Amino acid sequence: MVNKNISKVLISSLQELPERLGKTFHVGNMELAVFKLSNGTVRAIENRCPHKGGVLSEGIVSGDSVFCPMHDWKICLEDGLVQAPDKGCVKTYSTVIEGEDVFLLIE
Amino acid sequence: MGKKKLVLVGNGMAGVRTIEEIIKLTKDQFEITIFGSEPHPNYNRILLSKVLQGDTEVADITLNDWSWYEDNDIQLYTDETVVKVDSDRKVVVTDAGRIEPYDEVIVATGSVPFILPIPGADKEGVTAFRDIKDTEIMLKASKKYKKAAVIGGGLLGLEAARGLLNLGMEVNVIHLAPYLMERQLDPMAGKMLQTELEKQGMTFLLEKQTKEIFGEERVEGLRFSDGTEIEADLVVMAVGIKPNISLAVESGLEVNRGIVVNDYMQTNIPHVYAVGECAEHNGIPYGLVAPLYEQGKVLAKTICDVKTEPYKGSVLYTQLKVSGVEVFSAGDFTEGDDKKAVKVFDEQDSYYKKLVLRGNQIVGAVLFGDSSDGNRLVSMIQKQADISDTMKVSLLQPTGQEAGASLVATMSDDEIICGCNGVSKGAIVSAIQTQSCTSVDEIKACTSASRSCGGCKPLVAEVLQHTLGSSFDSKQQKEAICGCTTLSRDEVVEEIKAKGLTHVKEVMFVLDWKTEEGCSKCRPALNYYLGMVNPTGYEDEKESRFVNERMHANIQKDGTYSVVPRMYGGVTNANDLRRIADVVDKYEIPLVKVTGGQRIDLFGVKKDDLPKVWEDLDMPSGFAYGKSLRTVKTCVGEQFCRFGTQDSMGLGIQLEKKYEGLQTPHKVKMAVSACPRSCAESGFKDIGYIGIDGGWELYIGGNGGTHVRGGDLLYKVKTEEEVIEITSAYLQYYRETANYLERTSAWVDRVGLDHIREVLDDKEKRKELSARMDKALSVIEDPWKAIIEDKKLKKELFETVVTS
Ligand SMILES: Cc1cc2nc3c(=O)[nH]c(=O)nc-3n(C[C@H](O)[C@H](O)[C@H](O)COP(=O)(O)OP(=O)(O)OC[C@H]3O[C@@H](n4cnc5c(N)ncnc54)[C@H](O)[C@@H]3O)c2cc1C
Ligand code: SF4
Ligand code: FES
Repeated sequence: MVNKNISKVLISSLQELPERLGKTFHVGNMELAVFKLSNGTVRAIENRCPHKGGVLSEGIVSGDSVFCPMHDWKICLEDGLVQAPDKGCVKTYSTVIEGEDVFLLIE
Repeated sequence: MGKKKLVLVGNGMAGVRTIEEIIKLTKDQFEITIFGSEPHPNYNRILLSKVLQGDTEVADITLNDWSWYEDNDIQLYTDETVVKVDSDRKVVVTDAGRIEPYDEVIVATGSVPFILPIPGADKEGVTAFRDIKDTEIMLKASKKYKKAAVIGGGLLGLEAARGLLNLGMEVNVIHLAPYLMERQLDPMAGKMLQTELEKQGMTFLLEKQTKEIFGEERVEGLRFSDGTEIEADLVVMAVGIKPNISLAVESGLEVNRGIVVNDYMQTNIPHVYAVGECAEHNGIPYGLVAPLYEQGKVLAKTICDVKTEPYKGSVLYTQLKVSGVEVFSAGDFTEGDDKKAVKVFDEQDSYYKKLVLRGNQIVGAVLFGDSSDGNRLVSMIQKQADISDTMKVSLLQPTGQEAGASLVATMSDDEIICGCNGVSKGAIVSAIQTQSCTSVDEIKACTSASRSCGGCKPLVAEVLQHTLGSSFDSKQQKEAICGCTTLSRDEVVEEIKAKGLTHVKEVMFVLDWKTEEGCSKCRPALNYYLGMVNPTGYEDEKESRFVNERMHANIQKDGTYSVVPRMYGGVTNANDLRRIADVVDKYEIPLVKVTGGQRIDLFGVKKDDLPKVWEDLDMPSGFAYGKSLRTVKTCVGEQFCRFGTQDSMGLGIQLEKKYEGLQTPHKVKMAVSACPRSCAESGFKDIGYIGIDGGWELYIGGNGGTHVRGGDLLYKVKTEEEVIEITSAYLQYYRETANYLERTSAWVDRVGLDHIREVLDDKEKRKELSARMDKALSVIEDPWKAIIEDKKLKKELFETVVTS
């Protein structure tokens, strides 16, 4: 068994995240795009499109996907997978909501 | 048991396709290594034509990106050429000195372009048209040079020529034969094609043999065997290809024109296979993708030890990828001996269709002007269908849909519909059934069918129709605003009006959208339509806006933004310039550039800085990012110019002040010139104004972009009041009837100049339109100012949070 070190970072209050708009976070040396979806869940992914590095935080959000603002690749926020016919994936990060606080879990 | 080692030589279309087929059959039988001479992952060579023609970019034609190789555990060596397959030691040797053992090896080295052995062929500025490197040479040359010569009037040469025309070069096409594309067309179709291409601007030199390429270091021209010559500073040789067999020869494989293979793509040496353009099957090396993919399928099964039908050769068919002409050719299209032709020639509409029959079977076809029947005919040729019961001419002009549908119905599931991408009928049917695709576009998105040359679109539509039966309406198809609905733009706008719908989610809910929150196509469109229908009541939804229109700045490829302050009519002053200069210094803005629309553009502004930059500029937004009035370009006019007859700057400023911030289906540009010399380029704008003695001329539908279109003269009027009234009515009519993202140039072509005039001639209608325009204008505010004053919005949109 591998012992993973998971750290929990407070990034925002729930109410400060706009619904269906991405927000950019610099955590350590990572740049993340964080989204609050219409169903209230919060998703965090690497803020870099696998196509040509587009900033995903500025994409149009629909359901649990975001459309890259550069060339419209569609990326699932649950698993980071690029939707067919394009291929690729972005790193996803887990989040937890405790009361009003949104935390990011980093390994 | 250890995995077997499989090596592929040639990281191109046929080879990688074969690997894909192998992976489909077995995931862990092989450890795979691929060598490719080019520095790129596998890309769609076919689309180089479209890259050159400006329809797509090199970066967008990748078929298998780097991660595909990783995900499938494939070791890829690019920029590395295999110099020998040593079948005694069972290793391949590369030019980097690498020695890689194999159990099975596939040679897929493709072709090399044929270079005429004439003096000067090695001069700078002479290129073939085969790979990304060649394409880049041409793109680069077009920026510096003017005169191009293409040697070879075949498929490749003509596609290159069209590309170079699009790039703004003058193009001479030199061809040895008396008519174009003689390997695919008969003289009749070849001549029609020539006429059409001449109309597009190509010049042809037929029956000319190039003897010499002259010039110093770089080419300066061509000399022909009849002693004549032409000037040229770029020469593209497209005289043919030959299978690339140098590695095979070096390795002792049996070669003829290509590497000789049997029906299972095996060469004469065990465990060595060949596939693609380098292979010769039954005396034929194939030069098109569809047959190569068929070969790949057979080879994959052979290598994986899966039972397969032997490869028995392919029917060849091609389509010319030049916009504005439809040319299709399939099978054996020459008549004579036991072959007879059926022809239809319509001089008026300029189309020509020919079928070549042997007895009761179709063996070939040529279509010019309308190639929509192409795939249906290919399928009949492949099937060797018996047509004795059919009226021959009706084959060329099928009545009703039965003709095609019955054919699709008889196709077996593994028959290929999209040759370029190797998509079978079965794959399309399954996409329709399991992924509920209901349009050609959706099928394209799910399966890649019709994504490359587009020739199979009609066939895909037929499969769709056949699979969905009566629920498929081909007309409704085309118009649906996106894959989330079957409704057209007009229907949606009607429903919004009739049901009084007030926001995007409501539209989707009431009109039964297939997706809960729509997509990047319909969301911005609905947002626009709602605002257009109800300008004073609708609250704009920033979540449904493209990034630029949400951020009120243009996003750049590195995630920074560009900022263009408003400068009415392109007129500025010392104060504004000073403030701009200060902002540039303060925010360390890396690039300041004057735009084509006479504005100053500040590039490389960081997202977080945007609101501060705007505040410091203290100028209104220039809307350079919007589907909105962009700029009104003006000439200096009567105030200073000796030719000026009107106050062009005055009118320009007036127009820009009136319409700034107006939301339109797509961007709108205007220009005002004070005399017909038109220094502000009024003829290439959405609306252009040209001053004449005692009045103005109004031009509409001009465009200087990808599809250049000269504006049409709409009216001549006397006063500025009339100018404004017509502009308002015209723009409002465009706003109310155009599809979202339809430029005025396309819209004018679609609805017709006469129709627009008819509407505007009607004084009543003109007044109403103009009044509705004023209503729409009444609620516009400056977005930069609004953001500066709204703390919450500023934070929501522009803040980057830093935690450590
Ligand atoms: C501009 C253009 C337009 C075209 N349009 C069409 C069309 O509309 N329809 C159609 O069907 N076909 C079209 N074709 C043809 C089609 O692209 C080819 O038939 C197809 O790419 C051939 O596939 P291949 O794998 O055999 O060869 P390639 O795709 O050429 O792949 C071979 C690869 O092997 C590499 N290689 C060669 N030798 C070695 C070695 N010793 N070691 C390592 N690597 C090596 C080469 O660099 C190359 O990358 C077009 C071609 C061009 C150039
Ligand atoms: S368009 Fe006519 S008036 Fe305007 S600058 Fe040119 S020449 Fe002068
Ligand atoms: S960078 Fe994201 S789609 Fe191109």
